[in-house]
Amino acid sequence: MTTILETKNLEMKFGAVYAAKNVNISISAGEVMGVIGSNGAGKTTFVNMVTGHLTPSSGEIIYRGQDITGGETRDITRLGICRSFQIPQLFPELPVIENILIALTIAKQENAVLFRAAIDQSLEAEAHQILARFSIDQYAHQEIQTLPQGVRKLVDIAMATVAEPELLFLDEPTSGVSADEKMDFMRTLIEALKSTKTAVLFIEHDMEIVEEFSPRCVAFYEGTILADGPTADVLADEKVREFVIGSEFHRKTSDQDNKKVSN
Amino acid sequence: MTNKLDRTEIGLLIALPILICVAFVLPKWIVNYVHVSMGTGLVALGVMIQMRAGLVSFGQGLYFCIGGYAAGMMAKFFGVTDFIILLLVGVIAALLISTILGFLLRRYREIFFAMLSLAVSMILFGLLSSIEDLGSTDGFNLPTPSYLGWSPEGETARLTLYTLTCFIAIGCAIALNRFLKSPIGYINEAIRENELRVEYLGTSAHKAVHITYVVAATVSAIGGVLWALPLGHVDPEMTNWTTSGQFVFISILSGIGNIAAPMIGTFILEIVRVYAVEISPNTWQMILGTVMLLTIIFLPRGLWSLVTRAKNSTKSTQVSAQPAGE
Repeated sequence: MTTILETKNLEMKFGAVYAAKNVNISISAGEVMGVIGSNGAGKTTFVNMVTGHLTPSSGEIIYRGQDITGGETRDITRLGICRSFQIPQLFPELPVIENILIALTIAKQENAVLFRAAIDQSLEAEAHQILARFSIDQYAHQEIQTLPQGVRKLVDIAMATVAEPELLFLDEPTSGVSADEKMDFMRTLIEALKSTKTAVLFIEHDMEIVEEFSPRCVAFYEGTILADGPTADVLADEKVREFVIGSEFHRKTSDQDNKKVSN
Repeated sequence: MTNKLDRTEIGLLIALPILICVAFVLPKWIVNYVHVSMGTGLVALGVMIQMRAGLVSFGQGLYFCIGGYAAGMMAKFFGVTDFIILLLVGVIAALLISTILGFLLRRYREIFFAMLSLAVSMILFGLLSSIEDLGSTDGFNLPTPSYLGWSPEGETARLTLYTLTCFIAIGCAIALNRFLKSPIGYINEAIRENELRVEYLGTSAHKAVHITYVVAATVSAIGGVLWALPLGHVDPEMTNWTTSGQFVFISILSGIGNIAAPMIGTFILEIVRVYAVEISPNTWQMILGTVMLLTIIFLPRGLWSLVTRAKNSTKSTQVSAQPAGE
């Protein structure tokens, strides 16, 4: 698979504290990848650096052979790297459909045309199609601030996909979604993204979701990469178990494995 | 792309002949108020389109004044009286100044934008008040405009200027209605709600604010020219904070829900002011303040929200009138 993004010795320092140190990650086209780590491990800092929200203290970010280190957020989005947020960043007083329409308007806006109508019927139809893909079309005319967190999350992610990005970062997509709904939520999400062939990097605290949905996993600890490889290997890694996921998850999966064996 | 007129635009086009006919039917003093209201209404429209992006300009009088003074100086120093040239000079002056100032102001939001825009307008106020060649605080007079070599006088001059003002004001309102529905107008709403997301969607919020600022300045300068010509006078009060405050007052009073709202709001303000002065010549500002207070308390989205409510109640009546089970 072609490598689309590569970071080289990426570092982010806030005063004397390293939020990210020596981060080397490469992401291939169409890959789905989970990122794990405790709070403050540097996961979101990594996403913020790649998407231009933070300028790295040192290191390089190469996207399709182009150095995008310290680039403007909007320019990086235009290149094909989009993201969703841990706390959904939406337009809360506008209906869901308007949120998507704004995203579509911006995605299709080549030049600032002053007196041409931004919205037409075809754009509205496209917005409804996007909502339907994420199974939230029934909320189209509801204001964001009236929606449950799970729907807001999906709107946030749907908005990030309207520009048809090649690489999509999802920052804790299931946070705020109830434990019972998490798996279904992720299934809806991964199903919706399947058709786009977008490479997806998602930050997640729920190891079962990481195990279920990402073939590859990267574990962060104190700003550095502790492990990077096939998810099963990373989750079984001694250091990852000690510093990131703790022994509980391992015991749980071991129990499940034992049950499978005994059955 | 659609070139079809929407309901607001059709309403504005219907209002055009009515406005023109008003000049022949209503008393002269009312017509004068309508005439002046169209000039100030355009400035209020400039304030309104910035409010859509969450920006409150407390210095919109700057461009109102620039329009009036640019036209006035053209007449005073170069002897030009042609209406079209005077209007163009006002527009070009506002375009140039707003494009330059926009690079500074586009980076600020909320109270910082409000105060900075106010500060710039007050700098002009101070400058104009101290330049003797421009009449200092008294300002100077403008001649009656001519039209491509034709120089009407008396009632004909008044009616000609009034008719042209109607055409230009309605034309500007339609253009601004289209601007609000354009990608930039649409993005402005998004900027008001969440600027971070706008940047993450792939566009520059600064650029959109800058463009909006220039458009608002241009339309305000047109308002300044259209206001100054019928009065035949300009003075630094045009850029004083009290004048700019009035434009914000109109926008809050009328609401930002529709492009027609500030035009109607301006006329209502003028009428309220006339009667306030009539009732209480020394404390008329108190009456205006009370009207403002009541509007904010009972109609926080402005007078236009009455129209929206009426529309919504009509819709819900129609829905409830439908037979059950359909």
